[in-house]
Amino acid sequence: MITLTINGREIQTPKGSTVLDACQAAGIPIPTLCYDPDLRLAGSCRMCLVEVKGRPLFVASCVAPAENGMVVETESPAIVEARKVTLELLAARHDFNCQVCEKNGDCKFQDYCYQYGIKESRFEDGGRHVYPIDDPNPFLERDYNKCIMCTRCVRACEDITVARAINVKNRGHNAKISTAFDGDLADSPCVFCGQCVMVCPVGALTSKVSAGLGRSYEVDKVLTTCTYCGTGCTLELNVKDDKVVGVTSNRTLEGSPVNKGALCVKGRFGWDFINSPDRLTTPLIKENGEFREASWDEALDLVAKRLGDIKAQHGPDTIAMFSSARVTNEENYLAQKFTRAVLGTNNVDHCARL
Amino acid sequence: MTNSIGELEKDADCIFVIGSNTTENHPVIGMKIKQNKLYNGAKLIVADPRRTDLAEIADVYMPHLPGSDVALVNALMNVIISEGLADQTFIEEHTEGYEAMAAIVEKYTPEYVEPITGVPAESIRAAARIYAQSGNAAICYAMGLTQHRTGTDNVKSVCNLAMLTGNIGRPGTGVDPLRGQNNVQGACDMGALPVVYTAYQAVTNEAVRTKFEQAWGVSLPAENGLVLTEVINKAHHGEMKALYVFGENPMMSDPDLQHVEEALEKLDFLVVQDIFLTETAKYADVVLPGACFAEKDGTFSNTERRVQRVRKAVSTPGQARADWEIICEIATRMGYPMSYSGAEEIYEEMRALTPSYAGINYARLEKGGLQWPCPTEEHPGTPFLHKDGNFSRGKGAFTAIDYIPPGEQPDEEYPLILTTGRSLFHYHTGTMTRRASALDAHKPAAELEINPETAAAKGIKDGDMVRISTRRGGLDIKAKVSNIVAPQVVFMTFHFAETAANWLTSSEFLDPVAKIPEYKVSACKVEKI
Ligand code: SF4
Ligand code: SF4
Ligand code: SF4
Repeated sequence: MITLTINGREIQTPKGSTVLDACQAAGIPIPTLCYDPDLRLAGSCRMCLVEVKGRPLFVASCVAPAENGMVVETESPAIVEARKVTLELLAARHDFNCQVCEKNGDCKFQDYCYQYGIKESRFEDGGRHVYPIDDPNPFLERDYNKCIMCTRCVRACEDITVARAINVKNRGHNAKISTAFDGDLADSPCVFCGQCVMVCPVGALTSKVSAGLGRSYEVDKVLTTCTYCGTGCTLELNVKDDKVVGVTSNRTLEGSPVNKGALCVKGRFGWDFINSPDRLTTPLIKENGEFREASWDEALDLVAKRLGDIKAQHGPDTIAMFSSARVTNEENYLAQKFTRAVLGTNNVDHCARL
Repeated sequence: MTNSIGELEKDADCIFVIGSNTTENHPVIGMKIKQNKLYNGAKLIVADPRRTDLAEIADVYMPHLPGSDVALVNALMNVIISEGLADQTFIEEHTEGYEAMAAIVEKYTPEYVEPITGVPAESIRAAARIYAQSGNAAICYAMGLTQHRTGTDNVKSVCNLAMLTGNIGRPGTGVDPLRGQNNVQGACDMGALPVVYTAYQAVTNEAVRTKFEQAWGVSLPAENGLVLTEVINKAHHGEMKALYVFGENPMMSDPDLQHVEEALEKLDFLVVQDIFLTETAKYADVVLPGACFAEKDGTFSNTERRVQRVRKAVSTPGQARADWEIICEIATRMGYPMSYSGAEEIYEEMRALTPSYAGINYARLEKGGLQWPCPTEEHPGTPFLHKDGNFSRGKGAFTAIDYIPPGEQPDEEYPLILTTGRSLFHYHTGTMTRRASALDAHKPAAELEINPETAAAKGIKDGDMVRISTRRGGLDIKAKVSNIVAPQVVFMTFHFAETAANWLTSSEFLDPVAKIPEYKVSACKVEKI
């Protein structure tokens, strides 16, 4: 263990941890924008700066190893001033339209501007770039007028998805996230997994499928398992007024043991069939070649009677059940129990092979 | 899977992917394989008729012809044995049947196999050396390996390969089938199969049957039931009278749709329970509206045997009901009362009868999933099977397997091979993804992938409409000229009802054991229209 002093408190932290790790473990909040525990470190946003006694320059706590005897201040006046400058520089390139932003209430930049009292920027002389918001893909909105250049999206794309669809183009004031030829994502190696949306701390990258349907503070998040492939990723259904309005990631190992929040395009953007107007909402009975709506009692009685009659007349083995690789274990258990115990046959299968 | 998904990201030093387009069909697993290959230096070998995303970054890529898997794997083993790379200690201590297998494999030299598979002998040698000489080597496969008349042989072949090199029973080794659908593992575990109850307990075993008879309070049939394809065939002969289809869509997913259509029309009674009026539901006498995954509680079991919770987030639309409630209602009306307070009560009844799930309960699942076998509530679950080479049945048995060519053979009229599969943007029969607005907007139609050489010979340009025909029938589809397929092969997905690939596939050649149809090989012709 390593012993160091943070804001006058003596703190122990395991060898190999950073100053940021030590602070987080001790419950001392440090603002971060580019830091993400699942991505390679960038150490570039300058929000996590701290003062270390005896060092002439401020230290980026996310990359600084914790050392024995270190004396650290995290909210000294000088540090607070440095963070304000950082935020003001970012504010100069950020299009504040929080009132219609999908991320309002769930935006790190908004939170820090509030915390450090940033109302306007001293640095707007250069003029803000205005980027068109025009990527036509149906999955994710790219609004670089809100981008704070944390590069989390670039690293998520590279480290998690390994698609390498986007990177940083240009430097300084002109720096921007773009695909290789600054074109549409569809013409890049992008696989529309939305890992970049998951990590973006601001409203620069958001889901088009969820746009306008509810902000994070309006929804309940229900942890469940993806309905598509057999990987078994877990995800959070975002629910507002008894309707699914989006999908977000749970990034903990306990909540997401298989995928740690990573999803593919189907899991993240393929949920709105749930609300499709094509959903069946009432039992149907066919009469003279046409379906008509029926009550549950009528439909269930008819099914029970017809299956019972056929069983009595032709024997149980002339009936079969196709259960499903899509429904739950509990329902599959019941389906085979029903087939065997009620219909009296072992003719139960599902499309495992198809 | 014998092993866990996470091991492919960290523990495997070599991954051999055969018959799986992982980055499209199991995208998050594909990401982990790419991370391991590109950032941890793991070796990657890919065998697939299509030049997939993983093939592009593989150390060795073997574009073998559809249906030539046994020949290819036998050749890999031939090289391993003849170059002295087999794990003799593992073979002696943990396996049986090596001699017979080795005797068959002897003639499958890379040179002998090259014309059968279309893979250069040198690629086969290189792949065999990498696989055998890596510390921990894993094999991943999917439907590309199983959907053949020799599907069972193909799977046994890759098991031979793993045992030959002792790649069993450690993290990062093993034989990992990547299961296609969210709960196909669970449906099998739960006994939605004609020969077994839950946890693969045979219906023909009297002791097992007695146990279930006592639990369910009814006498149970002792004879094996019919598999899905046999049910359809019997219906076609008029011998099957009623069918209850629950969340399946055979009018899209089954081979030779004309045959399926005729079979469904001959039934006296068809009931379909689903969330949409599927292609199959249109043939039903009664349609019952069920619930989707967001509308009910329960569990799914993923491809690594991990049981995880499904949680109800919203109500069902209109009068639709949870599927388990519907089944209980029908059972009760047929004179066998079934009633449960909820999914957990059903789960509890199941787990009392299911040894591999006995230790997994809902309370434990709150802390993340658990992998079966998990026999007691104290058991931590099982991330990988056959620890230290100890097989559940004692010794691992090699199987001596000869190559059998696909049932469908190209001829003068049908010179090409059609192989079918899935797209990243859609799922199975498209029932859900075709109604997911963004997915369908991005990929609204099927395409036929065709090699530039083949296309040029027929005067077909990218984007042209073409007609693809097999011995079953034909359909019109847009051509996508691409090097992803070899000159003899064309590829299309089966998600789209407008161009349903299974009007073209055959139900004639089934795997004799697993009864899997030969989806991956249909002789065909392609013409410009
Ligand atoms: S959607 Fe996925 S692949 Fe596309 S840019 Fe974002 S992270 Fe990269
Ligand atoms: S788009 Fe978002 S994640 Fe990417 S650099 Fe900008 S702010 Fe960061
Ligand atoms: S998110 Fe994608 S990879 Fe994960 S389970 Fe769903 S479909 Fe499979």
